[in-house]
Amino acid sequence: MEFFRSQVLVCGGVGCTNPESQNLYNIFKAEIKKNNLEHEIEVLKTGCLGLCELGAVVIIYPEGTVYEKVNKSDVAEIVKEHFINENIVTRLQYKLQQGDGRVNNLGNLELFKKQIRIALRNCGIIDPENINEYIARDGYFALAKVLNDYKPIDVINIIKDAGLRGRGGGGFPTGKKWEFAAVQNNPQKYIICNADEGDPGAFMDRSVLEGDPHAVIEAMAIGGYAIGANKGFIYVRAEYPLAVERLGIAISQAYADGLLGEDILGTGFKFDIELRLGAGAFVCGEETALMQSIEGKRGMPMPKPPFPAVSGLWGKPTVINNVETYANICPIILKGAKWFKSIGTAKSPGTKVFALGGKITNTGLVEIPMGTTLQEIIYDIGGGIPNGKEFKAVQTGGPSGGCIPKEHIDTPIEYDTLIALGSMMGSGGMIVLDEDNCMVDVARFFLDFTKDESCGKCTPCRIGTKRLLEILERITTGRGEDGDIEKLTSLGNGIKKVALCGLGQTAPNPILSTLKYFRNEYEAHIYDKKCPAKACRALFKYVISKDKCKGCGLCERNCIVGAISGKIGEVHFIDSEKCVRCGLCTQVCRFRAITKE
Amino acid sequence: MTIEELNKIKLQNYERVNQNEDRKTTRIVIGMATCGISAGAGPVYEAIVDEVSKLGLKNVVVCKTGCIGICRLEPIVEVIRPGEEKITYVKMTPYKGRRIVASHILADKPIEDFKIHVVKGKILNDFTLINE
Repeated sequence: MEFFRSQVLVCGGVGCTNPESQNLYNIFKAEIKKNNLEHEIEVLKTGCLGLCELGAVVIIYPEGTVYEKVNKSDVAEIVKEHFINENIVTRLQYKLQQGDGRVNNLGNLELFKKQIRIALRNCGIIDPENINEYIARDGYFALAKVLNDYKPIDVINIIKDAGLRGRGGGGFPTGKKWEFAAVQNNPQKYIICNADEGDPGAFMDRSVLEGDPHAVIEAMAIGGYAIGANKGFIYVRAEYPLAVERLGIAISQAYADGLLGEDILGTGFKFDIELRLGAGAFVCGEETALMQSIEGKRGMPMPKPPFPAVSGLWGKPTVINNVETYANICPIILKGAKWFKSIGTAKSPGTKVFALGGKITNTGLVEIPMGTTLQEIIYDIGGGIPNGKEFKAVQTGGPSGGCIPKEHIDTPIEYDTLIALGSMMGSGGMIVLDEDNCMVDVARFFLDFTKDESCGKCTPCRIGTKRLLEILERITTGRGEDGDIEKLTSLGNGIKKVALCGLGQTAPNPILSTLKYFRNEYEAHIYDKKCPAKACRALFKYVISKDKCKGCGLCERNCIVGAISGKIGEVHFIDSEKCVRCGLCTQVCRFRAITKE
Repeated sequence: MTIEELNKIKLQNYERVNQNEDRKTTRIVIGMATCGISAGAGPVYEAIVDEVSKLGLKNVVVCKTGCIGICRLEPIVEVIRPGEEKITYVKMTPYKGRRIVASHILADKPIEDFKIHVVKGKILNDFTLINE
């Protein structure tokens, strides 16, 4: 391994505004070599750094010097001054503004300043495998307070008062749910934690379980006290081995410390928790199917009513809440309902954790107060769309949700506003889509998922999702027909009305919401046989520009199916019949001569 | 356990998780949720534990933690020392981990180069390389 004293980063983003940026990397490399510095200084070509307005950007580490608007003619000067004479070329140096430079910790970043961490209060701070660290951060004090100072009805009133709504997606008031179960006259009741997080791209629950497992355990014990249950189950998917391991450790530590089991904290209250591993069926995130699975039966939903609060697990009254809902309970008990209501909006108090993913600069977990707008999440916290692309839509709620277009980017995020837009909060996955995403293809992706995951119990979902998918596949491969949109709409609305469980009732949402906002894309696919985003392989072709092609032959050598032909020095040609649209040629072409058409 | 015992544990361990500058010991945490581990936090953790014991450093707590919240910069290591602001190091490797223990903890010199670098609101640490 070679050690270099410096690294030169040359931005090689394809969207660069400065035409001179094209060959800058090679010129730098040659200049370094000319000065015999190639063993001391490493030149790297990077993907778009997001500083397009400064283009072309050159950054030198370890100092972190940023040179802006660098032209080919400047390279010799930078190499000579910066590396040989060890002076900074002030003429080209980017003037640091407020907030620029090295940042001491994450809390100083803009994207963390807008966040409020309630559910994630201990994630990234405590050691999840050490119960003492949890206790040191006020852990199990909420349970102690509840057991000593409150009657079960008081606990339910506090949660009702706080206005906490289920974070699993439906948004049903948690306090009410607890109340329904509490008034049931039955000696045996159950409390369940739904940790069967199945939405593609969502990982909020996993992070809570891996970073702060005791928060869930403590809140379940509080819930058990409130409704009169002394047995709890955590239903977690086996695909989360680390979460399962840490939950197991946490439960055994809680038992060892007398915080679970018989006579908790000397109050006589008894509460047990068992782990149940799910095999990964998406439908088992639906509460009735989940309970079937815990009972050892095949995970299939049951008709409601009776609701679980009346007749749930083994026919007993059962409360089932999501991981994030439980993670909010202890702070509400300790700090009060008033404090919780002061965060977020009147109808949806508190915060929500979102897993930001897709075409966004800062992927990761964010916890924001309800009422934050999509604009703030995507641009201020998420850092915008990378590679200079344009924002198109944001998909919330996973396979049950829908796409929210650019026009509605100012919408404050709440349960009700998202439903009004044809989407839903869901468990908190947020996938950002840019101009290169085809909305028909996005709908097809989610339908493909729900079709696979449909349990098959009810006909509308089993056959309906398959039929929806077939129509979408026809459309995306250029075989769409007049009348397809109407078929999708009527079939989709029908399935929504008559499917048995949440999976089926929400499965058409991705189609209906994209039809609502992006009908023109469907029409372009069906009538013009064109994909406006150029993402559906059957509906575009690659062409080589006559003006830009230099006839270097690089694309021809790289083409895996031999679809490119041409003589060296002459314009090359792509045979669309043979081409499989892999796009490799566009990546290797140095002259950006190959485009989609 | 009783509430008094719970309180005792809290007091005994408060110092361990104290996030403020008035803490008495050094705490190094490594983000080791699934995201961190898949980015390579495991070897970073082992390197830091090894380096701390090799250098015979006292009053240093090294521990794993959950998701710190910004996947693109994993593996993340955070160092809190008495009288200092918390320092976040990003895109760590075992080599960088050892350097931090030797330089920041032993010699009191935080390593600027491993901190987050921001220009115009953009985080630059996780640049992607284009092969030529």
